[in-house]
Parts: sequence; C-alpha cells; structure tokens
Amino acid sequence: MSTVESRFGPYGGRYVPEVLIAALDELTAAWEEARTDPVYREELGALLRDFVGRPTPLYEAKRLSERTGRRVFLKREDLTHTGAHKINNAVGQALLARRMGKTRIIAETGAGQHGVATATACALFGLECIVYMGTEDMRRQKPNVERMELMGARVEPVEAGARTLKEAVSAAIRDWVTNVGDTHYIIGSAVGPAPYPALVRDLQRVIGEEAREQILAAAGRLPDRVIACVGGGSNAIGTFAPFVDDGGVELIGVEAAGEGLDGRHGAPLSAGRTGVLHGSLSAVIADEEGQILEAHSISAGLDYPGVGPEHTMLRDSGRARYVAITDEEALRALRVLARLEGIVPALESSHAIAWVLSESAGEGIDLITLSGRGDKDLAEALAGLKRLDDGDGDGEDG
Amino acid sequence: MATAKMAEAANGIGRIAAAFDAARDEGRAALMPYMMGGFPDLETSAALIDAYADTGADLIELGVPYSDPLADGPVIHAAATEALAAGTRFGDVMTLCERVSARVPVLPMVYVNVVLTLGPDRFAATLERAGAAGAIIPDLPPGEDDSIAEALIERGLAPIGFVAPTTAPERLRAIAAAATGFTYVVSLTGVTGERAEVPPELAALVGAVRESSPAPAAVGFGIGTPEHAATVGEMADGVIIGTRLVRAVADAGGREEAVDAVRSFLADTRVALAAGVSAPER
Repeated sequence: MSTVESRFGPYGGRYVPEVLIAALDELTAAWEEARTDPVYREELGALLRDFVGRPTPLYEAKRLSERTGRRVFLKREDLTHTGAHKINNAVGQALLARRMGKTRIIAETGAGQHGVATATACALFGLECIVYMGTEDMRRQKPNVERMELMGARVEPVEAGARTLKEAVSAAIRDWVTNVGDTHYIIGSAVGPAPYPALVRDLQRVIGEEAREQILAAAGRLPDRVIACVGGGSNAIGTFAPFVDDGGVELIGVEAAGEGLDGRHGAPLSAGRTGVLHGSLSAVIADEEGQILEAHSISAGLDYPGVGPEHTMLRDSGRARYVAITDEEALRALRVLARLEGIVPALESSHAIAWVLSESAGEGIDLITLSGRGDKDLAEALAGLKRLDDGDGDGEDG
Repeated sequence: MATAKMAEAANGIGRIAAAFDAARDEGRAALMPYMMGGFPDLETSAALIDAYADTGADLIELGVPYSDPLADGPVIHAAATEALAAGTRFGDVMTLCERVSARVPVLPMVYVNVVLTLGPDRFAATLERAGAAGAIIPDLPPGEDDSIAEALIERGLAPIGFVAPTTAPERLRAIAAAATGFTYVVSLTGVTGERAEVPPELAALVGAVRESSPAPAAVGFGIGTPEHAATVGEMADGVIIGTRLVRAVADAGGREEAVDAVRSFLADTRVALAAGVSAPER
C-alpha cells in the first residue's frame, strides 16, 4: 500500500477510464519515491530558492490590522516568480516528469496562472508544453496567453461547454488518455484522481511550512486563524496542512459565493453536493441527477464546480470551516488592500481578504495566504468596481 | 436442466450470455451498437432503438447523456450536450431501455456521478425495472467502488469491467477472471471515436482477456466500418460500434434519414460479421 493517500475519508479515489490506471499507478510510485529522495528534494529546494524566489515573506499588514482590530499577517505568494503560488506545484511536477522520463507536458488553465507557471517550468527544463484553455478564458486573459506562447508553450483552445476551466480540465484529461505513454499531466490544483490531490498538496505545503515558522518568529506564537481562498483548493491545502495538528488554530477556507449562494456561485463546499468531477469524489456543484453545473465567480481561478477531496474531508470533520464571499465583496476588498497596503491582490486572494474584513470581531492573530498578485485582474476589477461605484453613488468602501 | 437454464436466462447476466451464445452458434461475433439516449431528441431515439432491435443488434449499449463525459471523443460529447439541452433525463433513457429490453439485452452506458447521485441500490433497482441486462460505467475502473458492482449483481445485472491496452498483465487477468456478462476491451489508448485502422496489438490483448476469462470479450472504441467490425469479429466475441452510428444520426437530415442510415450500416455490418473479412482477403 502506498503512503501517498488515495482517499481522504470517503473522498478522493480514481474515477477515471481504465486506460489511465497504469499511469496513475506509475505516478503514485514515482512520487512516493521522489518525495523522500534527498536528490529530488535538494534539486527542488534549490529551484524554489533561486528560481521561484522562496521563502516568500510573511508581511504584517499594519494598516489592515488597524482597520480590523486584529493583527493580520499576509503570506506573500504574490511575490513568487510568475506571481502566484501555482509555480510551486508546476516546478515540482515538471522536475518529477523529467525524472519519470516524460518528454511532453500538458496542463489546463483558467485564469492562466497555472498555464503560465507550467509554461515557465517547461521552458526551464526544455519540455514540450501544451496548455488547454477555454476560449472564453483566452479572451478574458489574453496577456497570459501571450506569455505562455512567448515561453514556447502551445495554447490549445477548448470550445466545449462554457469554454472555461472545467472544460479545459476535461480536454487535458482526454489528451492524457490518448498520449499517456510519453505525457505527464501537470494538474494545477489539489483536485483530480489520486495521487494528484496528495501530490499537489505536498508540493504546496511549503507555503504553510514557511508561514508557520515565520509567524512563530514574528509573533512568538501560532495564529488564531489561518485563512485562504478555495477554488480547487491548492493554496489553501498547502497553507492548512502544517497547521492541521495545531488544535488551537482555526482553519478557514473562503469559497466564491459569486452572485450569491442561491444563484450562480463557485462554492461546492458551502452549497454543493457530494459527487465525482474529474476523477475524484468530493463536493461538486451538480443538479439532482448528477449533471455537473457551470460555476460562476468573478475570479477565473475560483470559477470551478469542484474542490479537492481533502477539503471535503476537513469540512466534514469540522477541522476546517468553509465560508463564501460574493463577487462584490471580493472586488471591494481588492481595493481596500490596494489603498491600505499598496498591494493589489488577485481576485482569488481578495476573497480571503474580504472575509477577514467582514469577520474581524475580537482580538487575535490572522494569517492570510495572499495566493497571487492582481495584475492579471486589473481590467476585470476596474470595470467591476466602476459598476459598483456607479450603483453606490460615492465610490468609497467606508 | 431446462428450468435451471430458464431461470438463468431470466436475469440480465444470463441474457447477455445467451446473446453471445446465439451469435457464436451462428459462427459470428455479437454486434453491439451504441446509441446516445435522447439524441437528437427522444422521439428519434425511440425510432432508432427500435431500428437497432429490428436490424440485428445482439445487444445494445444505451448512452445516458452526461455533462462531462471523460471517456468520449468530440462526436459523442456533442451528442450528450445536445441531448441534455433537449431536456433528456435519466428516466427518459430508462423508458427507451424498456422499449426493447424484452427483445434485446440493453446495457446503459452511464458515468459514475449519475450512479452515485442516485445511490448504487436505487440505480440498480431502476435498471432492473427497465429490464436492463447490466451497466457500463466508463469512469469506474474495476476495484474503485465495489458497492456499485455488488448492487448490480444482487439483481442479476452485469457490471461490465474494462480492459485497456495499458492495463498491466496481472490486473488484466484479475479483471477478466472476475468478469460478469462480458469484458469490455478498449481497442486503443484514447477516447471514443472512429479510427482509420484496427490496432495491430489488439489480437494479443483480446487473446489475453479470453484466456483468463469465463465470459466473452467484446471490443469497442475506434471501429468505424463494417470491414473493421469483421476484422475485430475474427478475434473477439463481440463488436461494439458507437461514434460511427452517432455521427450517422448527427449527419442525417431528419428522423427517417437517421433511421435509414443506422439501419443500412447495421445491416452491412451484420453481413460483414457473418461473412468474415478474411475470406475475400485470402
């Protein structure tokens, strides 16, 4: 039995066509070996330090703290190379793929951050790179398409369904089913069939490990609350993992409530049901017959109707709590952080900021993972804020 | 003996065996056409499934449309999307099943999320009521969730196991040995869709399955012509044809044309299977 988990409580598993089972077995064995191999770890550690720019700072956001009345620390994943936590996983998996002798890399992307991270890692290792992306996302995230192509990746347009992330993942899986011999699929979040949820968590765990050490040094104790946004949930699970055994630390995952939980949203943990999407059993947004529904979030990275299976287990056990923030709240939080701290967060991370702004009663220490920077979202965010301001009449966030 | 045989024939697993036996008695492989339930609409589907049963389908694989069909190529995916957009529900597909299930064993092809949403027991009971003979669940690899297989077997229905060219030898033997109904041999590494030729390694794969299994081996994925079907029919107990037929329906101008198109393809395929390809080639 492998030590790489395939189930998290009842969740996870490998609900995929039989064709992929051998490749998943191979990947599980390769990861089990690599993750404890000093050679792999050393090479990855050096890359994370010299190429990615780790450790990322833990920054005490003093003006935000003043606003909330709590001490707020930001784990600055936005300061990594390529500007989001996605690079931690992409570099780790590309290194693993090379070790496995795979020469062709495929990936999916929504907002383009994972696609850019994968294109970056493939350029670094000289691997062929194909990124599946919905045409709607290609339109919304044109600069990221250009970045990927500049680094030598081929961006493959996906026309099915709503032409966004869910269909891009499906297209990548179909490619993998066909080219499984020479191809490694670098999935971008802690979702998918086993071993991906465990593999991606292991590679993102560096966020929480650094943050835990840094907060002990900075505050002399553990935080009261650790907060991260949850789409597929990779920055959140990477942040949470080292704190799970710290009983006094509350873990809070912030999903996308979109237009509201009774309307279109991206919050399967808060308002979904149990089901299978992209190979694992977890919380999904689906109808009463099991048809997967389109998610909605202003943030392309949270615009996904599924979530990693480990989060669903943590929700059921009560070890982590999952809440949801609307498009509007996230937009306002983006501007608050920009004005208070001179940091423009990604719309994804803005959900975590927004929750802290809305739940700031009492004293204590909050640690928020700022999963990425907001440059990619500028046009979308400015347009959204303008709509809100025109509706409000004054344009200030109080 | 006769009573035992009849009791056996009354359940789905027994009816599948009888269908393969009957084809073998005629010296040919069994023909198992696939259709997407509710595509392009329910009325056409009903006419098509009648045509399948009339034109010599030995078994029928009946697709339940699904939003995220990972094992399917673009043709079947598009058909599923259209069937769902037309409002097709699981119950509608079961009605189609019921239409012909007394004449031909019908195996719904359904993605696992639909099964789990109903729950294994309710799923199996619904299939049994509709007269289905088994279930083909393309994203439930053998061993992943035994409760579904158990619920089906309890009602005499066959959970169909898959074997692919990538399946490791030991796993292949275990899957084949545990087969109920038949083993679904995926002819190639890929999703559903027509291919230009039959993969050369297929004979060895089918041979390995048959060697380890008490049940028949049927081959699907990629078979696009009566000649392909005949070639595959020489090595396997059954031939499954999907995308080619779905495409015929998609390309047809209307209901009657769709029915005519599948009828003539199935008739040609039956002839080719009975004749065997090797004859003219030799």
